[in-house]
Amino acid sequence: MSFTPNIVGFACQWCTYAGADLAGNLRAKYPPSIKLIKVPCSGRVEPEYIMEAFANGADGVLVGGCHFGDCHYKSGNYKTANRMKILSQLLEDSGFDRNRFRLEWISGAEGYRFAEVVDAFTKELQELGPNPLKGGNGHGR
Amino acid sequence: MADKLKTAFLLAGGCAGCEMSVVDLSEALVDALGSLEIVFWAPTVADVKYKDLEDMPDKFIDLAFVDGMIRNSENLHTVKVLRQKSKVLVAFGACASLGGIAAMGDLHTKEELFRQAYKTSFSTDNPDGVYPTPEYLLDGKYNLTIPTFLDNCSTIDQVVGVDYYVGGCPPHPSFVGHLVGAILSGKLPPAGSWLTGGKAVCDACKRNPAITGQERLPVGEIKRTVDDRPDPDKCLLQQGYMCFGPVTQGDCGGSCLNVNIPCRGCGGPIPGIKDFGARCVSMLASSMADEEVAAQFIEKYNNMAKLVYRYSHTVSKLNHRIAEHKEAGARQDV
Repeated sequence: MSFTPNIVGFACQWCTYAGADLAGNLRAKYPPSIKLIKVPCSGRVEPEYIMEAFANGADGVLVGGCHFGDCHYKSGNYKTANRMKILSQLLEDSGFDRNRFRLEWISGAEGYRFAEVVDAFTKELQELGPNPLKGGNGHGR
Repeated sequence: MADKLKTAFLLAGGCAGCEMSVVDLSEALVDALGSLEIVFWAPTVADVKYKDLEDMPDKFIDLAFVDGMIRNSENLHTVKVLRQKSKVLVAFGACASLGGIAAMGDLHTKEELFRQAYKTSFSTDNPDGVYPTPEYLLDGKYNLTIPTFLDNCSTIDQVVGVDYYVGGCPPHPSFVGHLVGAILSGKLPPAGSWLTGGKAVCDACKRNPAITGQERLPVGEIKRTVDDRPDPDKCLLQQGYMCFGPVTQGDCGGSCLNVNIPCRGCGGPIPGIKDFGARCVSMLASSMADEEVAAQFIEKYNNMAKLVYRYSHTVSKLNHRIAEHKEAGARQDV
């Protein structure tokens, strides 16, 4: 049986969360690997949350926000972009695979794209295997 | 006054800088001896042996300070013994409470560390490639031992229960006096708390834009202290020098900032931070103008983990090598 990664998704309520909703309405198929957490803005996602998710055994973390220029709060996603770029480097320098972390801009109209992103990320994580910190799904919920 | 307060200092895997800081109390320390009795201060100051500590009755010591992290089997043993003999145990300084400088060694394997320390460093002359051997039989009859290097660093609270934390590299000696006063008056803060002020370095920093009236703008160019000489009156972050002041406890009074050096976080995280490095990333990135500046930052500082976890790698969320010799009663969450 192939390994089903456990992905924690932080989705901005204005774009990516709406995109995920649309993916459902469109009957777009994607693996049941992602657990979405609705946040007011991707700029609200502290790098600490991502660390916490990894420390608790998440195999992957996806942060989804609005495209540049679309942020409901004008500049939230620009700050996210800066933070996540540096955070990725920090993950790598801490001896962690930076590919376990993804930042994607998915608008409320991109239901199919949301499904594609989750599908591609799940496949990539299946190749990477379980999170070395906890062993991922294998150790129960 | 009742009996003198029995006080102990133990140097674990540190550099003794914290103890130098206590000694810096100079005359004040001599005056304090009126209410303090130093029953144990090893291996640096007092003429006592570890065996003397082991021979003390349990809970004999009123107030014990540990400085330095757990790096080898000797540190592990003595800290456990000290915990047993003490009523109040304080993790004193950045190493004891957060991991400290040496904890960055955990980003490398033991082999890499040994190769660097005993073979490849330029001041080393070791043609036979001799490594420390924890046990050695000399002349076939003398069994000699030295402490074993553990697989990873630990903070004190990853091994035994810790009552209070003090950050700083080194901590300000006033904390010793502060704690002695609190114990003598019976007004101890709740166990598990930091004894520090909890305010950020910026709060104590003279360059704080809130004081100088400087306008805060997004940073457009990243600099290192080797690049240029910072303006001594303006906020370092505003000048592009990456300073951790906003997320670090400022009991130091901004001493590094006073000499034109950016803060690197030895004071420990301000309350509410679960992972110092991640919050540093968040804080620094928010001050940058755009992604190109973030790229420049990554380019200029070549190891992000060693930069943001300069003093706190051991307690970082992503630390792969959390100690496994933790006992009941140790702090669960960091």
